[in-house]
Amino acid sequence: MNNESKLMRWFNKRYDLSPFEHFAKEKKVPDFKGSFWYYFGGVSLFLFIVQVVTGILLLMYYQPGAQTAYESVRFIVTKVEFGWLIRSIHSWSANLMILSVFIHMFSVYFTKAFRTPRELTWYSGFLLMSLTLVFGFSGYLLPWNTLSYFATKVGTEIVGVVPVVGIPLMEILRNGSDVTTATLTRFFGLHVAVLPAVFTVVLGIHLLFIQVQGISEPESWKDIPESKKNHIPFFPNFVLRDVLLWLIVLNVLAILAVYFPWELGHKADPFASAPAGIKPEWYFLFMFESLKFLPSKFLGLDGEVVGVMFFGLAGLLWFLIPLWDSRTPKGSRNKIINYVGIAVVLYIIILTTIGAR
Amino acid sequence: MNVSGNEKMSRRTFLDYLMGFGLLAWLGAVLYPIVEYLKVPKQTEAAPSSVVAGLTKDFKPNEGKVFRFGNEPAILIDTPDGKLKAFSAVCTHLQCTVQYRPDMEKIWCACHGGVYDLNGRNIAGPPPRPLQEYKVVVKGDDIIVSKS
Ligand code: FES
Repeated sequence: MNNESKLMRWFNKRYDLSPFEHFAKEKKVPDFKGSFWYYFGGVSLFLFIVQVVTGILLLMYYQPGAQTAYESVRFIVTKVEFGWLIRSIHSWSANLMILSVFIHMFSVYFTKAFRTPRELTWYSGFLLMSLTLVFGFSGYLLPWNTLSYFATKVGTEIVGVVPVVGIPLMEILRNGSDVTTATLTRFFGLHVAVLPAVFTVVLGIHLLFIQVQGISEPESWKDIPESKKNHIPFFPNFVLRDVLLWLIVLNVLAILAVYFPWELGHKADPFASAPAGIKPEWYFLFMFESLKFLPSKFLGLDGEVVGVMFFGLAGLLWFLIPLWDSRTPKGSRNKIINYVGIAVVLYIIILTTIGAR
Repeated sequence: MNVSGNEKMSRRTFLDYLMGFGLLAWLGAVLYPIVEYLKVPKQTEAAPSSVVAGLTKDFKPNEGKVFRFGNEPAILIDTPDGKLKAFSAVCTHLQCTVQYRPDMEKIWCACHGGVYDLNGRNIAGPPPRPLQEYKVVVKGDDIIVSKS
């Protein structure tokens, strides 16, 4: 304690730390029966940190390229000490991060935390989620195995379906008109340089918004007096609970990574047939499955054009909820929001289960 | 008085526009080369017009094989009644590589379950167009496939 204050004094002499101290003391978090959901933002952040650390470790051995991508990952998982563990954690953590981001997003949605004055937090959060999905998509190709090869082929082909900009964008993504090892180089650059930089900046902004405005209070608190509202201090109570949860998540991660090591599969062969049972990662499954149910022609358009337009529009509407939720300005209840949300969750769950069979 | 006030305003607006325009031009000058850089240079690679897909002795009726035709996969099928047929193996839906299914006696795509008959026609699932058919000629032992 004494040492700490000495250190603090040393800093305080040089920099004025009192605003920070004040901030840490004053910051509090609403405590109610739904506050459990507040922790998923923190869990997502933690998993992102795990991704950065394990990603950097994988970079020490990974080499993109026709003759090296698959081989270097195999080298990591078979020859390098604990290489299998690092890779397995990276893959599992990526999947858990996406799951956690989804839970976080839906909990913000259902608690209506996107309403005024927090619209910008919602927008930046949506951007972060999109970046997370692109992270997942680009990282999936890097081991250059059969599944990822065909998943990337189909996934980038879908980009090409978008009217006007689709084809040029697809060629830029693929680094050519087809998925080749040139695509691998580009995805690698995206995955390890572009995305981490952009993500970090947007994440910083997202967190800044939250710190400035504080955490949103639940809808049910609208009409109760200030004295009836329960809060816990952010520091140390909330932080300690957060850290405890992070430890639990780390343990879950370790158990998954050790007992269910991520498979490497077979090396991609561009001149072989797509194997039976091919499917993308689970978080794209609901869209992938929807494509299967679309007829080849619909209102004179190709089925997947309709699919892409449908999901594009749905995504845009989702992004813009703060604008179309008519009660946003008044902050009163809006049941339609809940029904739409429940419909979306059910749709995702049902199509994912069908696709996973 | 009024006139000079207006003049002042318009000079200000003019400068604002000039600045805005300069900024845009500058942004364009930075972004244009980057976007162009990311576009893939056209490589003129002469695609072969015919290729030896295999040897007759390696094929039995009701069997198919994917082979390389230039930069793309193609499929050679020995139909149940012993005819040789060749198609592009690139699914017209989303470009997965198709395969021959002896059990169905059809061409099948694993990605979204598209089905083509032995004339390459899309008969089930999402594919919007038939597969491109190639010409097959047998010269001695060689099966030669060419773009007709
Ligand atoms: S890519 Fe062949 S059915 Fe979709």
